[in-house]
Amino acid sequence: MMLKGKAWKYGDDVDTDVIIPARYLNTSDPAELAKHCMEDIDRGYASKVSPGDFIVAGKNFGCGSSREHAPIAIKASGASAVIARSFARIFYRNAFNMGLPIFEAPQAVGEIDAGDLLYVDMERGALRNETKKKEYRIAPVPPFMQELVAAGGLLNYMAARRKGK
Amino acid sequence: MGMTLTEKILARHAAKDRVEPGELILARVDLALGNDVTSPIAIEAVRKMGVKAVFDREKIALVPDHFAPNKDIKSAEQIRMMREFARAYGIVNYFEVGRMGIEHVLLPDEGLVVPGDLVIGADSHTCTYGALCAFSTGVGSTDLAAAMISGEVWLKVPESIRIALSGRPGKWVEGKDVILHIIGKIGVDGALYQAMEYAGDGLTSLPMAWRFTMSNMAIEAGAKNGIFPFDETTRAYADGRTKRRYEVVTADRDARYAGEIAVDMSSLEPQVAFPHLPENTRPLSQVGNVPIDQVVVGSCTNGRIEDLRSAAAVLKGRKVHDAVRMLVFPATQEIYLQAMREGLMEVFVMAGAAFSTPTCGPCLGGHMGILAKGERAIATTNRNFVGRMGHPESEVYLANPAIAAASAVLGRIGGPDEIR
Repeated sequence: MMLKGKAWKYGDDVDTDVIIPARYLNTSDPAELAKHCMEDIDRGYASKVSPGDFIVAGKNFGCGSSREHAPIAIKASGASAVIARSFARIFYRNAFNMGLPIFEAPQAVGEIDAGDLLYVDMERGALRNETKKKEYRIAPVPPFMQELVAAGGLLNYMAARRKGK
Repeated sequence: MGMTLTEKILARHAAKDRVEPGELILARVDLALGNDVTSPIAIEAVRKMGVKAVFDREKIALVPDHFAPNKDIKSAEQIRMMREFARAYGIVNYFEVGRMGIEHVLLPDEGLVVPGDLVIGADSHTCTYGALCAFSTGVGSTDLAAAMISGEVWLKVPESIRIALSGRPGKWVEGKDVILHIIGKIGVDGALYQAMEYAGDGLTSLPMAWRFTMSNMAIEAGAKNGIFPFDETTRAYADGRTKRRYEVVTADRDARYAGEIAVDMSSLEPQVAFPHLPENTRPLSQVGNVPIDQVVVGSCTNGRIEDLRSAAAVLKGRKVHDAVRMLVFPATQEIYLQAMREGLMEVFVMAGAAFSTPTCGPCLGGHMGILAKGERAIATTNRNFVGRMGHPESEVYLANPAIAAASAVLGRIGGPDEIR
């Protein structure tokens, strides 16, 4: 699968409270959450993001709370994936469990600027920065996580497994 | 090669003789937890899968605490969804307002978590129960749904780092200061994907309440869990509260650790974490003049009776500063009652502080003490991210209950020794 879009660039330690502030957690409606995605660090994101765009960030992306509303809000905002130096662990598992692709690409992150046009080839594990004319390898997704993604998330994976038993 | 505390508990729950860091396991859970923010997504998923029964009606805990008592109509709907699900599926451990508390204080106090357990919760501070020598970690709603159905969770066995504690904490220094110091030292991702295992001869000077605080904030260093070894302090706490039998787990002498962090607790001052990350810690003497608008004592981090005693001891016979609002949240109904019996509630009210029913409330900027633009709070809570307690341009400083109470009197961040 090929993902294509422009970069929305953020710094280190982007926490789940700024991805989706708690004042909006009295609902789990994806469309409603998407309206407020990234609101506390970037008021422009939710209204200006285009389908396919990437969130690009530094280390420890998604730190803080376990709210699955965070990857839900990002996915519903139209972003195709998050590319970061590293991810906080609960965000990492939530993203796979609910089917938001995420990639660790430390070198690429350092060389991507806001607005750069990016391509990600998930099969080849390659990231291309079209604006900068540079290509990077991205860390391959662990086999179990690939199975989760292929099944369409944890619950579908479980359902298939239960059927097989 | 031996195993760490975390590896041993995980091996047991995966029915294996041993596990290695990096290994992916499917583990049996002893308790799965959800709150009013995270449960609705899990409940929808369970219903969507057409599952008619949960894996064990007694091994699921549902606690409406974040926006409870219902803060608005949407929250009321979310909590009703939990209540109806609990009724329909016969979930034994659903805790209603008036009988509830903040999940991570409530569940161990109710004896629902015992040493050696494996607990997952759709709340990042589920790591609190490590204080009881249990493995517990935060997950998301989908993981909670999967666990409610199957009684299992997939986990990657983490590497463990050893936190070697020595010395006895000095005056006004509590468990909160020890963990804030550690986070300040290693950073908010200093233990990312790892288990923090507390050890050393300093452990004997740490009461249970402080251990809960220190396990609770392991997530603030990025850790998967923060676990204490079992000792007489653990036994005294657990045996008074649970009827469940438990097996004591100990780390092997030749267990392998990915690193060690040494902390001499006797050298620590009270710590204050500045906005907007828990790693921005400073010793109290280097805080400078920071005027405040609000003080919050409470939360899953510091809402225990010991925390209220600590704050009340500073506040007794004094008044909250004219320019300050102070809010106190006992974490459970039991603690509320105890605070009333001990006269702590009277101390707070006489000092001019508000004393609330249990709720997570302002800690996550939910309700009951939201900050306006430019306002500043000192809180005994766990996070000081941008907008955490309200307006994105407000500020939160983290500290222990004694420092919070002293700051309420002073009108600025300071310690009890600065009060005339």
